[in-house]
Order: sequence, then structure tokens, then C-alpha cells
Amino acid sequence: MKTCLVVDDSSVIRKVARRILEDLSFTISEAADGEEALRQCQKAMPSAILLDWNMPVMDGLEFLSRLRREPGGDQPIVVFCTTENDVAHIARAMRAGANEYIMKPFDRDIVESKFTEVGLL
Amino acid sequence: MSHEFEFLRRFLKDRSGLVLTPDKQYLIESRLMPVARRHNLKGLSEIVLLLGKPGNDALAVEVTEAMTTNESFFFRDKVPFDHFQQVMLPALTPARQSQKRLRIWCAAASTGQEPYSLAMILNELAARYAGWRIEITGTDLSREVLEKAKAGVYTQFEVQRGLPVQLMLKYFEQNGDTWRLSQNIRSMVKYQTFNLLDSFSSMGQFDIIFCRNVLIYFDNDAKIDIMNRMAKQLAPDGFFVLGAAETVVGLSNAFKPMPDKRGLYIHNAPAANSAAPVRPLSLAAVR
Ligand SMILES: C[S@@+](CC[C@H](N)C(=O)[O-])C[C@H]1O[C@@H](n2cnc3c(N)ncnc32)[C@H](O)[C@@H]1O
Repeated sequence: MKTCLVVDDSSVIRKVARRILEDLSFTISEAADGEEALRQCQKAMPSAILLDWNMPVMDGLEFLSRLRREPGGDQPIVVFCTTENDVAHIARAMRAGANEYIMKPFDRDIVESKFTEVGLL
Repeated sequence: MSHEFEFLRRFLKDRSGLVLTPDKQYLIESRLMPVARRHNLKGLSEIVLLLGKPGNDALAVEVTEAMTTNESFFFRDKVPFDHFQQVMLPALTPARQSQKRLRIWCAAASTGQEPYSLAMILNELAARYAGWRIEITGTDLSREVLEKAKAGVYTQFEVQRGLPVQLMLKYFEQNGDTWRLSQNIRSMVKYQTFNLLDSFSSMGQFDIIFCRNVLIYFDNDAKIDIMNRMAKQLAPDGFFVLGAAETVVGLSNAFKPMPDKRGLYIHNAPAANSAAPVRPLSLAAVR
């Protein structure tokens, strides 16, 4: 069973993402910020992480850099999903170790297409 | 079935091959009402009235184009593009080594995502093809979609469907909400309006023909006719590619499926089927 951690401070977005990803047969867990996400990852690494950028406490980019330094932190496939939609942000995220990047607003097709792209589907 | 529907059904079948079953009547309404409004016509009945008279070519073209379904996305279905890289190019590259020439036809190019996906793949392999002349021709019935294809400007949604982010960063330039494909890739594809019901004789011979997600709209007679005629434009060792929901099986004997390569076809009997002159090296590859 593939697991996906959905990290976003908006509960509405988490719910939308959960519905799409559950249809794609993922088991979902949620976190509202980077710190919470990191704690969850330290307990058990998910197969995939859908990651917002701007969040309170710890943002997505910092979470990603820390995740990649954790033991086993190179394993999860990380797909950013954020309103930050300029080339500079995208390039920064990819350099920090993201595998794919979704610019909000997103829909089912885009999530499916990006998850296929990185070999999760 | 109303008189108007019957008229338009025949009209569209003749003009573009589009087959409209009665359950698609709603499509006519939703696609043609905007056309009627643009021309200050009261509705379908006035469109039909005008189309029945001579001298309304512009309207006829507009109606035909409005009824086409143009959805496309980059690297659609992925598999055909893997086949392009892993099967077609490896077979054709040695076979064309002396001519250093490759001709590819996207026969329903729509807004350009399909030919541009091929162009990006080829550009990634540019070092291998130094000194080659590789032509990608994108044709479509609709002038409107080809205008968009030529401009190479895509929305944020379009640029995220099928396109890996690395290729997006590499080949697209952001301009507000839209993304423009680089001039380098755009210049690799030539576009031309072309109706698949017309004769292919002006098109010449191709090494690869992509004919994806257009024949699904046609009836079997039209499918068979188009596939048989495309076989004549395809090099003896060339490749023919259909969409995920399409097949030659049970329709055309000109092609046979490649085993384990979904959507990919080759000549059934290479030399016999090709009316085009056989080029010296071309029989060497594939089989
Ligand atoms: C769904 S799109 C396919 C785009 C692309 N090949 C793909 O698979 O994503 C179908 C295209 O076929 C074009 N088309 C329909 N009838 C045609 C005809 N008789 N001749 C040429 N093009 C036609 C439409 O204008 C439309 O752009």
C-alpha cells in the first residue's frame, strides 16, 4: 500500500488532495505544517509527500531540506503543491530535492499526471 | 431527429468525417450557439439555412472547426513517447544514417502538444542528430488550434498536464499566467492546415506518422480509408501510431500491431503496400 503525507496549512486543500489521492489508492496522512510533517516522517517515512510552501511554524522548503538530511529521508518522493508559481521558486524547490512541482490551483488530472511522471502511479 | 440535426450531421460528416450520433445532439447546441451569436443569427435553424445556400464558405469553415474536439496534452499517454525514443528512433537512426533525414507527421496536431513533445525529446538527443535534417510536420483541420500551436503559449493548467517540471523549466518562458515554449523548439515544427479527408499526395513520404485521437470521431469507412492511405505515405520501415482507444485491428490490413507495443504499428507487407519509391537503406531496419 502506498502512503502519501499531505502537508498543507489549509484543511480544505488537505481534504481535496486526500480525496484525489485516495482515489489513486494512496493511504493518506496529514500535517498542517513542516514541523508536524517532519515528526511524522521521523516515525515512518511515507512513499510520497504532497507539500505546500508557505505554512506557519516551518515552511515547505525548510521541511524538505531537513527531510533530505534525515536517515531514510531521501526515500519519499516529494511533490511541491503551492501558489508559488514563478521559475525562481520552482528552481529553488528542485535544487532542494523536490521530485516534481504542482502550481496551484490544481485538479485531479494534474495530480495524476505529476504522480505518474515521478513513477508513483 | 430534427431536420436541422440531420442536415448538420450530413454536413459535418462530409466536411470533416465527424460522426454525430443522436445522443450527441447537445454538442451541436453547445458548440454552435456561440457561432450563431457571433454572426447575429437567431440559432441553429438560421445557421442551417445559410449553410444550405452557396457562398457561405467562411461560416461553413467556422461551423466545422467549432465541432472539432481539440483536447491534447504534452506526452499524452506517455507510452507512445517512450516507443518513439526506445523503438522508433533506435530502428530508424541506423537505417537513415546515410541520408541523415527523418520526416515525422503529426496528422491531428491540435494545439501542438504532441509535435512539441517529440521536438523536446529530439532536442534532448540533439548531440546524436548533429547534421541531420529532422522535419516534424503538424497538420490539423482547424486553423484556430494551429494558430495556438504556432504561438506556443500555454496556460498554467496546460503546461502541467503531462509535462515534467524539468522540461518546463528548460524549455518554457513564464509570462504572467502563461508559459511560452522556446523559439528553438517551436522552430522544429512546421504547421499546415490539412483535412484528413483530402488526398495525401502532396504530403510526401514519412518515417513516422502519429495519428492519435482523431479517428475515434469517424465511422469505420473513413477510418479504413484514412489508414490505408496513410500506409501509402509511410516508408516501408516506418512506424504508425494510433491513440490509446484506437486500433487497426479488424479495420485495415495495411498495418499490423507490433507485439507488446500498444498503439504502435508497422507495415503488414512492407514493399507491396507502399506505393512510394523504396529508399535504398530503408528495408534494412526493424524486421
Ligand atoms: C483530440 S485532438 C488530438 C490531438 C493530439 N493528436 C492528441 O492525441 O493529443 C483531435 C484533432 O483532430 C482534428 N481533426 C478532426 N477532424 C479532422 C480532419 N478531418 N482532418 C484533420 N484534422 C481533423 C481536430 O481539429 C482536433 O484538433
